Amino acid sequence: MSEFDLEGYTCPLPYRPTDRVVLGHGSGGTLSDDLLHRLFLPGLGTAAPRSLDDAAVLSMDGQQYAITTDSHVVSPLFFPGGDIGRLAICGTVNDLAMVGAIPLSLTCGFVIEEGLSFDVLQSVVKSMQEAAQEAGVYIAAGDTKVVQKGGVDKLFINTSGIGKIADGINISGAKATEGDVILVSGTIGDHGIAVLSAREGLGFETTLESDVAPLNHLVQTMIQAGEIHVLRDPTRGGLATSLVEIAEQSNVTIEIDEQALPFKPAVKAACEMLGFDPLYIANEGKLVAFVKESDAVKILEMMRKTNHGREAAIIGGVIGSGRSQVRLKTIIGGTRLVDMLPGEMLPRIC
Amino acid sequence: MCLGIPGKIIEIYQKDFLRMAKIDFGGIFKEVCLAYTPEASVGDYALIHVGFAISLMEAEEARETLKLIKEVAEFENEIP
Amino acid sequence: MKYLDEYRDPAKVKSLLDKIQSIITRHWVIMEICGGQTHAFLQHGLDAMLPSQVELVHGPGCPVCVTPLEQIDRAISIASRPDVIFTSYGDMLRVPGSTKNLFGVRAQGGEVRVVYSPLEAVQIAEANPAKQIVFFAIGFETTAPANAMAVLQARKKNIKNFSVLVSHVRVPPAMEAIFRAKANRVQAFLAAGHVCAIMGFHEYPPLAEKYHVPVVVTGFEPVDLLNGLLAAVKQLESGRAVAENQYQRAVRFEGNESAQRAIRTVFQSVDRKWRGIGIIPQSGWGLRPEFAEFDAEKRFDLHKILSEESPLCIAGEILQGLKKPLQCAAFGKECTPQMPLGAPMVSAEGACAAYHTYHRDVVYERV
Repeated sequence: MSEFDLEGYTCPLPYRPTDRVVLGHGSGGTLSDDLLHRLFLPGLGTAAPRSLDDAAVLSMDGQQYAITTDSHVVSPLFFPGGDIGRLAICGTVNDLAMVGAIPLSLTCGFVIEEGLSFDVLQSVVKSMQEAAQEAGVYIAAGDTKVVQKGGVDKLFINTSGIGKIADGINISGAKATEGDVILVSGTIGDHGIAVLSAREGLGFETTLESDVAPLNHLVQTMIQAGEIHVLRDPTRGGLATSLVEIAEQSNVTIEIDEQALPFKPAVKAACEMLGFDPLYIANEGKLVAFVKESDAVKILEMMRKTNHGREAAIIGGVIGSGRSQVRLKTIIGGTRLVDMLPGEMLPRIC
Repeated sequence: MCLGIPGKIIEIYQKDFLRMAKIDFGGIFKEVCLAYTPEASVGDYALIHVGFAISLMEAEEARETLKLIKEVAEFENEIP
Repeated sequence: MKYLDEYRDPAKVKSLLDKIQSIITRHWVIMEICGGQTHAFLQHGLDAMLPSQVELVHGPGCPVCVTPLEQIDRAISIASRPDVIFTSYGDMLRVPGSTKNLFGVRAQGGEVRVVYSPLEAVQIAEANPAKQIVFFAIGFETTAPANAMAVLQARKKNIKNFSVLVSHVRVPPAMEAIFRAKANRVQAFLAAGHVCAIMGFHEYPPLAEKYHVPVVVTGFEPVDLLNGLLAAVKQLESGRAVAENQYQRAVRFEGNESAQRAIRTVFQSVDRKWRGIGIIPQSGWGLRPEFAEFDAEKRFDLHKILSEESPLCIAGEILQGLKKPLQCAAFGKECTPQMPLGAPMVSAEGACAAYHTYHRDVVYERV
């Protein structure tokens, strides 16, 4: 075999994202961010949102309110531990809770694919009723549309919500402060893996269930216990994405201890099998909180006494300001940076 | 280039002309093909890659490796 | 998880690092072949914990990265056909072709499905007799037996609407090409543990001897990687150069014979182009003539595709370990995981993507 020159070979043409929306634009990663900042925000101009928190805070007659909206397109509709109905109620209730609001009422819009069975619809509505009762909210207004077969994938639900924020509460992604302690309310990655297990192709058997739950009562308990600066429910994009967003909004350096992150063993196993990083897997019944250092222990104690905070844990802290960065201290004692994913996480063979 | 992880064989059966197994990865169960580990039995640990068992984990070898590391650590600690 | 957690123990990691530090006396350049090993080093922050005299360079062991542009373009062409369900491993979907990737094909209405195992692709073919199901059979030797089984199953069950687009690559020819390259700086190799679980490592002793380079079969967990590095450093320090196995719990000298038989039955050695490197003779596998009916390249009419090389991407040099991703002028600027200029930035296993995701600091912080 004659010797040949390995140098000088270069890469083929780059792929440039073009004029079409791809699935990655909905994953909550940098592509989603890109769509927001390059298309929606400039397009809306002065009509664009003023803040990028889970809910928007409005002032009316000296009283603060929160308002938010969310669309739910989960597939399959029914997954271990929940369904699209429960998700629709809890998702919006939680977005309101993340700015410290007490949720008052929701609106709900259904887009139904022709041919969907009444049984399915009734099941979904029952879940919504149970979740709404748990959260202490009601549905004030609704809408229903039916589209031709293929128009949507069985059922899409949009919920909007409004809540009231008590005086003196000021919780936002921009309020993380050096010295803050970072808490999570329980195990990470349960929802995303539970939904994945029900999907064809990548499916696997597990007793793992989604954690979908309303967190407004937990939040009120936490607010009573101490000073909260930031709350976020790490849904699409997972814990990592939420932390990166907060680091950017507040311009702080965050350090997380991998050893301290609570995971169910089945979630870890699924991630190992598929090559996923559990930090990026969606949660629907968990929150991450940045709290005043001196109040952290008390808040943690009170969280652990509640239904949805039993496995709450301290996972890290804000170690500096002036630079936006998320650092992970790995289980072997190394350090690595955490960033947003470009788009959808893909199962690896490598 | 090879995302292979260890899992425990908890059931073996035939399906579609192939010898298959139910693997326990620790709370996650997946069907995997045993065509390339004909010697596998229930209770064995196998290395799984893209839905196939490609090697059986040698418990003895694993113990040896971990024991050697422990000895390295103890030796290091003895040096003043 | 058993056989996993024990190999991530921080105490064991520390004692191995200390041991390497205590025996190393000079600078050594060591290449880890496999993309999975690169990923593991960076994910755990282990690369930054190594003694400063160890220079780790990342090899071309990412089958996603090295799949030739022409194959990606063929895949896209096939997947764009309305009568085709194109099935693939997940990480191939974002790899850039000349004008788009498989995600882009989905956005334009093509049916592209991710499968975990190639047997699933065969099942999809059975369930959709009116469609053509094509499976993108890429990978190194580790994945070849699985891909082979899909073809064997399709034959056994007489499935007529199934075919494979093959782009297999083999590790030893790539290693030899690196050994022989004029600018080669690599002094020892950490060989790919799972490739060796299939193929054994009998091809390495002659290479180690011929080029006087230690080759250590290494696993993927932090303890395995350090065991491999320790063995490589020990050999280098003593002037030895042999092939040895530091992944004994999964790898045997002769490898997996039934898997090798399946590979020999279905595939034959061919020349393969490695993206960013070029053609390495006899470095790939293609379908044997007796399985030609399952060859997607024969089943579908694929026009010749020409591609322009981007002068900015230095993938070739990165894949051979001549440069680090941080040394590329385009890294983090024109070339990022969202807008990759080349394959090593696209695949999660690619050195560039791993560096970008885990280490955006240009200053390489040592812990």
